[in-house]
Amino acid sequence: MAENENTTNDPIIICEDVHKWFDDFHVLKGITTTFKKGEKAVICGPSGSGKSTFIRTINHLEEHQRGTIIVDGIELSNDLRNINLIRQEVGMVFQQFNLFPHLTNLKNITLGPIQVRKMSKSAAEEAALALLERMDIADQAYKYPAEISGGQQQRVAIARALAMEPKIMLFDEPTSALDPEMISEVLDVMRELAHSGMTMLVVTHEMGFAREVADRIMFFDEGVVIEEAAPADFFDNPQHERTKLFISQTLQH
Amino acid sequence: MENLAFTQEVKPPNTQKGPVKWLKDNLFSTWYNSILTCLGLVILFFVFKSVFTWVFTQANWKVIPANLQILSIGSYPLEQIWRVSSVIYGLAVLLGLSAGIWNGLTRQITVAIGCIGAIILLLPFHISVREHALIANVIIAVCFAIGRDRDNWKRWVVIGWVLSFPWTMIMLHGFGADTVTTTNWGGLLLTLILAAIGILACFPLGVLLALGRRSQLPAIRWVSTIYIETVRGVPLITLLFMGSLLLPIFMPGDFQLDKVIRAMVVLTLFSAAYMAENVRGGLQAIPPGQVEAAQAVGLTYPKTMLFIDLPQALRSVIPAIVGQFIALFKDTSLVSVVGLLDLLGIGRSILGNPDWQGLQPEVYLFIAVIYFIFCYAMSFVSQKVEADLGIGKH
Ligand SMILES: Nc1ncnc2c1ncn2[C@@H]1O[C@H](COP(=O)(O)OP(=O)(O)OP(=O)(O)O)[C@@H](O)[C@H]1O
Ligand SMILES: [Mg+2]
Repeated sequence: MAENENTTNDPIIICEDVHKWFDDFHVLKGITTTFKKGEKAVICGPSGSGKSTFIRTINHLEEHQRGTIIVDGIELSNDLRNINLIRQEVGMVFQQFNLFPHLTNLKNITLGPIQVRKMSKSAAEEAALALLERMDIADQAYKYPAEISGGQQQRVAIARALAMEPKIMLFDEPTSALDPEMISEVLDVMRELAHSGMTMLVVTHEMGFAREVADRIMFFDEGVVIEEAAPADFFDNPQHERTKLFISQTLQH
Repeated sequence: MENLAFTQEVKPPNTQKGPVKWLKDNLFSTWYNSILTCLGLVILFFVFKSVFTWVFTQANWKVIPANLQILSIGSYPLEQIWRVSSVIYGLAVLLGLSAGIWNGLTRQITVAIGCIGAIILLLPFHISVREHALIANVIIAVCFAIGRDRDNWKRWVVIGWVLSFPWTMIMLHGFGADTVTTTNWGGLLLTLILAAIGILACFPLGVLLALGRRSQLPAIRWVSTIYIETVRGVPLITLLFMGSLLLPIFMPGDFQLDKVIRAMVVLTLFSAAYMAENVRGGLQAIPPGQVEAAQAVGLTYPKTMLFIDLPQALRSVIPAIVGQFIALFKDTSLVSVVGLLDLLGIGRSILGNPDWQGLQPEVYLFIAVIYFIFCYAMSFVSQKVEADLGIGKH
């Protein structure tokens, strides 16, 4: 629970007054925060509060309309080259896995390294097999995504993101679409990843995981961060009424 | 938990199979179904009986062998016929090698084409035609055996296929004193050339138009949309007339575009608009998460299209695309309105000859069977492709 042993003091993501609108709807209302190299941040909050939108602005899947975001020293602008550079540094795991159904699991993983990082096919496959081994699903390499379980699919998706050797990993509710018995197998690999020193931004409702792994918990409500604290403080001594209500509701389950 | 002790292997209920069971389930399941089945059988019997008696006792089939040559190659001069055979044999070599080198799809296509050859072989055609069919099939078989598992030949065979087009056109057209102008091309030969060029050219053009219609750039989007909607709003016959009457007016000076080429261009441009809409339908069915995942690993827009969107879109619309190919094959019969003598056009001109008057049923039935064989072959290949790609599975 204490500050994670891997965390450094170097900032890797700097957000300054980030705003986002969907048409007239103000989704992010000025987010200012800094993530340090190796930090694990858990983002929680009620549905529709802008959690997904916020982490998607970091790899520019959503465009922010005001403020600045700097990732690993590169400012996110509309310059396509910068966007593609940042996307190579930032891996993302989605709630619905979003694996490519027409490619085998192995090819799902090697596509990025071969096409974007210009790795040779054999080197990419070797690395992909090692990653699948690490995810404990080496035997599923030549199957298609539809032929494996949800938990296994999400681990392939994590391997696909890791194959690009990113510095930062974004997780948007990675276990929400899973059956209960598969949640822990995904959380296990995320835990292992956290211990390896990866910088991680995780949107999740898994409060046990948050308490154990996070350095910081950020609570979103209606497009602003209304509270952020280390897990111990966040759970045992919440300041805000909204936070108290949210914690009592989620811990009931 | 203790229930486990009593768990036994249970067979699925009612595993009985066989023709009797099938008949009972499908044709005689209730009393009114039994009546309908019997009624249907009676009607079928009378239909078949009259068709068979006409085909085997009343029809005058002499018209077909007597005109087989112009039905297959139009007025292509006989002393130049070696050009056609050399093209066929060349394609047979490529086909056989491809089937040996690649598995699956190419092999299915080859089998389908080989079947057409075998059918021709068995039908009462002139002996020289059957000889050609036999030789072509033998070439395919031999090249298949030679090409088996020769992975390092792939590149050369692909180059061969690419070159086969100019090669076909040059061979058929000839040069110098031996030139066979396109006015002499006709019959099945012309139909096949128009269809093959149309199919191969309309596909990439249609994909580009589909991408254009979904483009972020308004100019490209508008141009594609206007093109697609305009072409789809005009009948093909009108376009063919415009191609043959209006195009020459706009052409500079006395530059004359060949009649056959004009028809090819019109057929291609026409089918491309429909192809574009088929492909767009497939693109639209792809969930947005696919593109997001591709972007998240840093794939650029063209690579996302190439590796993620198009493969998924195309495989989901294979039936529609093949339907479009089949429609194009049959639409080539409309070129007779601009004076080209394709298979159907030749059929009509034969019937205009006093010797063969009143033989419409025989001639049209024969032509219909030829169209059917080719269209069904395309449909057969498409079903095999779908099965091969595991469509509906992943
Ligand atoms: N593409 C879009 N167009 C318009 N509105 C959108 C779009 N995406 C999200 N929104 C809206 O923005 C708000 C924030 O959405 P977001 O997905 O960030 O919420 P969230 O905190 O991730 O919620 P959840 O827990 O349900 O995933 C929601 O009200 C949503 O309806
Ligand atoms: Mg969300």
